[in-house]
Amino acid sequence: MYPFSFTKVSDTREALQAGRRGGRYVAGGTTLVDLMRETVERPHALVDISALPLREITVTERGGLRIGALARMAETATHPVVRRSYPVISEALQLGASAQLRNMATIGGNIMQRTRCTYFRDVTAACNKREPGSGCAALHGFNRSHAILGTSDHCVATHPSDVAVAFAALEAVVHLLGPDGERGVPIVEFLLRPGDTPQREQALRPGELITAVEIPAHPRPLKSGYLKVRDRQSYEFALASAAIALHLRGGVIREAKVAAGGVGTVPWKLPAVEQRLIGERPSAALWADAAARAADGARPLAHNRFKVELLGRTVERQLRTLGGTR
Amino acid sequence: MSTELNEPVAHPPSASPPGPSRRTFIVTTTAVGGAAVAGGLVTAQPPPGAEETAAAEAAPTSRVTLTVNRKRHTVTIDNRTSLLDLLREHLGLTGSKKGCDAGACGACTVLADGHRVNSCLTLAVRLEGAEITTIEGLADGDRLHPLQQAFIDEDAFQCGYCTPGQIMSGIGCIQEGHTGSEEEIREWMSGNICRCGCYVKIVRAVERAAGGK
Repeated sequence: MYPFSFTKVSDTREALQAGRRGGRYVAGGTTLVDLMRETVERPHALVDISALPLREITVTERGGLRIGALARMAETATHPVVRRSYPVISEALQLGASAQLRNMATIGGNIMQRTRCTYFRDVTAACNKREPGSGCAALHGFNRSHAILGTSDHCVATHPSDVAVAFAALEAVVHLLGPDGERGVPIVEFLLRPGDTPQREQALRPGELITAVEIPAHPRPLKSGYLKVRDRQSYEFALASAAIALHLRGGVIREAKVAAGGVGTVPWKLPAVEQRLIGERPSAALWADAAARAADGARPLAHNRFKVELLGRTVERQLRTLGGTR
Repeated sequence: MSTELNEPVAHPPSASPPGPSRRTFIVTTTAVGGAAVAGGLVTAQPPPGAEETAAAEAAPTSRVTLTVNRKRHTVTIDNRTSLLDLLREHLGLTGSKKGCDAGACGACTVLADGHRVNSCLTLAVRLEGAEITTIEGLADGDRLHPLQQAFIDEDAFQCGYCTPGQIMSGIGCIQEGHTGSEEEIREWMSGNICRCGCYVKIVRAVERAAGGK
């Protein structure tokens, strides 16, 4: 690990000042400290933001939910409103990492977490994300766990978060505070596809701080849930996952929110699946037909072709779990 | 009946294999570790290269006061020091183990302000005012913590390396109320890997201690 200076800030103004001077914000630190030890991350100054008043989870006036950036994964998953109204968030959180890590890691840090691509973590390997222009060792390497959607010739790494997939499905907005004031960015625009600049992962301006993630109001009742498929039953990243929320009225699907994880370079929204579901009545045939569109546009690599079918099956199974099979 | 060996166990010096023996290796590395502690620097992996060596000389330090097992400590540490290294290398509490040093195995699990965390991913400099409990802080004199006793009663370990982390994590699991079934315990203990594969008995030990509460 490289040496770094350390400051703990007590208010957001102080944080932004430190951020403007090039300081790196640290919240739970579960990704950052790990990558610093691997010398993948080399911040010269750490700014501890854990004392900032950004931990509350509140229902918004418009009927949505605002989750403070510093809310821990564990406490967010068990928050009564999250459990009752957004099971997809609660489940995605509890299926991620371990109990210990969930006690440490925060919501803001979770969506900021970096890929688990082994070539990214190995400083001796070529990686455009870590060392722009050095190449991508995964493209023709061991790429079984890599992305099939949203890839480029420069990077095929997956975004590792589970809860970001639930946030993408629910069309969450990331609230940011920077030197120029506050702004909100939809999470699907906040997390960037690699293109030819895979080192740029978020639409963050220099010194900007995540203050909250807001779930907009959705029609009620909203059935939702998260299915995660992986190599072992627990404490493992997704090979494929599905975050789905459905609103039915009069036996007809009025709203469908669907996103996939483990398969994309960013949490992958599935508009083709959503469109196929809206206005229809639940049936096994509908689930199969909608899920058949899940991997539209997929570009599998040498070792992850299985993800094309796995993604469709994951979406179909979660639709059946939520919506019944009649 | 005797099981004593007739052959001499230790080879005479002339029969020693060339190169460093396990014993000289341990002595050497311990000395290096001791020197690092004496200098107030506890670094896990100093990266190679001249620029880093120069930078390491000026590595920023901080003063932090925290409570470990009900005892207050004020230490000046290299900002890079993890809680795990502070415990093991600075405070001499070697019960918490370094398995992966990357948050993947759980051997370093301790309680920080009552919650189970991976001490290897916790920068000690961030713990001003924190209350830490390690495996050494569980027993009440000669009376073991119920979960420590349950691990013995259930024979829930072989090599024992993961055991301190398993026990600290098990305490968290019980406090959080995730002991309703064997499956629930397995899920909520999944952050602790046991390479000896003692999971069946570990689950039983957690179940037993939870039931005794």
